[in-house]
Amino acid sequence: MKNVLRLNSIGAMAVRILFAAVAAFPIVFMLVSSLKPDQQIFGDMSSVAAFLPIGNISLDNYAAVFDRVPAARFLINSVGISAVTVVLGIFINSLCAFALSRMQVRGKRVVFTAILATLIVPFQTLALPLVWWVNQLPYFELNGFSLEISKGWLDTYQVQIIPFIANAFSIYLYHQYFESIPKELDEAARIDGAGWFKIYRQVVMPLAGPATATVAILTFLPAWNSYLWPLMVVQSEELRPVMIGIQYFFQLNVSWGEVMAYASLITVPVVVLFIAFQRSFINSIASSGVKG
Amino acid sequence: MTTTQLPSRRPAAPAPGGTTPAAARRKRPGRLREQLSGWGMIAPAAVLLLAFVFLPAILGFGLAFTNARLISPRPVEFVGMDNFARLFTDPTFWRALLNVSYFAVVVVPVQSGLALAMALLINKKFRGVNFFRTVYFLPVVTSMVVVSLLWLFMYRKDGLINELLSTFSFGLIQGADWLNDPATAMPAIIALSIWQAAGFHMIIWLAGLQSISGELYEAAQLDGASRWHQFRYVTWPGLKHTRSLVLVTITIQALGLFDQVSVMTQGGPLDSTTTIIYEAVRSGFKQQETSYASAISLVFFVLVLLISAVQRYLTREKD
Repeated sequence: MKNVLRLNSIGAMAVRILFAAVAAFPIVFMLVSSLKPDQQIFGDMSSVAAFLPIGNISLDNYAAVFDRVPAARFLINSVGISAVTVVLGIFINSLCAFALSRMQVRGKRVVFTAILATLIVPFQTLALPLVWWVNQLPYFELNGFSLEISKGWLDTYQVQIIPFIANAFSIYLYHQYFESIPKELDEAARIDGAGWFKIYRQVVMPLAGPATATVAILTFLPAWNSYLWPLMVVQSEELRPVMIGIQYFFQLNVSWGEVMAYASLITVPVVVLFIAFQRSFINSIASSGVKG
Repeated sequence: MTTTQLPSRRPAAPAPGGTTPAAARRKRPGRLREQLSGWGMIAPAAVLLLAFVFLPAILGFGLAFTNARLISPRPVEFVGMDNFARLFTDPTFWRALLNVSYFAVVVVPVQSGLALAMALLINKKFRGVNFFRTVYFLPVVTSMVVVSLLWLFMYRKDGLINELLSTFSFGLIQGADWLNDPATAMPAIIALSIWQAAGFHMIIWLAGLQSISGELYEAAQLDGASRWHQFRYVTWPGLKHTRSLVLVTITIQALGLFDQVSVMTQGGPLDSTTTIIYEAVRSGFKQQETSYASAISLVFFVLVLLISAVQRYLTREKD
């Protein structure tokens, strides 16, 4: 019996390692290839060397990437766009979820249902009319001391940020989490004379850390990864995000080493960020109960 | 990051409307203020969703019945069902529908099954559990565009996939030119899509698994239930809600197939990988036919709605 159990657990570990190998091998291949010249990438392909940083290793591909693409500019743009989207998203969505979860507001059930209904609309189906619509929106610019108003958001930073701040899934996650925080805390704070915003900021939000971590990651990923939208609405090179940079590698002859270097360059920051937050992220999804 | 113990202290579900005696006793001016500040807090998110989800959705709905183009000197005219008549007689649309159905029919069961297997493997605490959870989730944090690019390289005739197949079969399998052959292009896209997204659904399954009480397993063990019986009679029924959530999200995700196709095959070869969304984007941007693309989007939306409704009906609680 004991032997059977041990055999079971060895078997389970073997399966775990097999799954991990399948999940990791393309990423390892990408990272390792980014350090090799093209000739060697193809040469190593038929052996285990494809996954090992051996042979003629250098950062040449990365240097070439910065020559070919304004990579630094793209990285700065993406960091800025994602950071602003995440921070505003956390604030606005949690505020909304707070009122829907903990305050008595007439009509809040209708509002919550309407918000959840937006979850079934895939973004790709909205993108087209949205392009037409954002081009009708007014645009305020402070030029010295005079306020200038122009029409159209195309080719700006805000067109890459503002449409993505409010998010039904974030509101839903916060709402679920807030429901698990005892409402007696609010009552106690109100007796102490606290206003609703103070309760939100000083009582409820400090307890909602795991929900915030989850919302931060789930807002950051699509912001960093956005491709279709900037392709449609951003023309100026100095406003472009990282994913658009991929197009620069498929003109004339493709250097796969450089492609892998650029792919690594725009993937590694996300992976590092994810590993830093992974414990609270996975735990909070697992406990905030995406229970339907 | 501090993890609070709150979820375990979850109080009994509050009455609908959340009326507590204290709230009922509150005086009218306080209630009015609560109404106002409540709406003030809801407003920013509500206005943004109204402006950037509801409005374009309604706009798209309207455009589908016109002849609008992205840039056109002609005024927009109402053309009734013309776009739909054209759509339903377009063989590329039917091909796209077929391709997406093929994709969904394979991806939905295989991806949810693999995701469940992964979740079961890392459900219990053991040494290194966080390592495995992180590795399984790595493909999910990698952008689909980067993933598509990476696999585009690996699927070449002289690429890594064929080399691996040849090595592990001791030279028996001579790999295909995956993405350039109409017979293998869609299976190739299916494989990479499952690879990228299974980790996300693993997390949802994991959430479901963690909500099943450990006492049920102890009771089952005392009764001498085998591993399989524990799964069959404790785990599987306990995952009822999670099951329908996973099913619906994978289906919607599968029907919306776009990024992979856009980066890897542009719908080819011979339309063997084109999809509904890809056709919408192609006619909307490449050909600037806003109205026709809106019609495709509308049909897609109705399709998603219908399938989710059918799934909800089939997985409804039968009591």
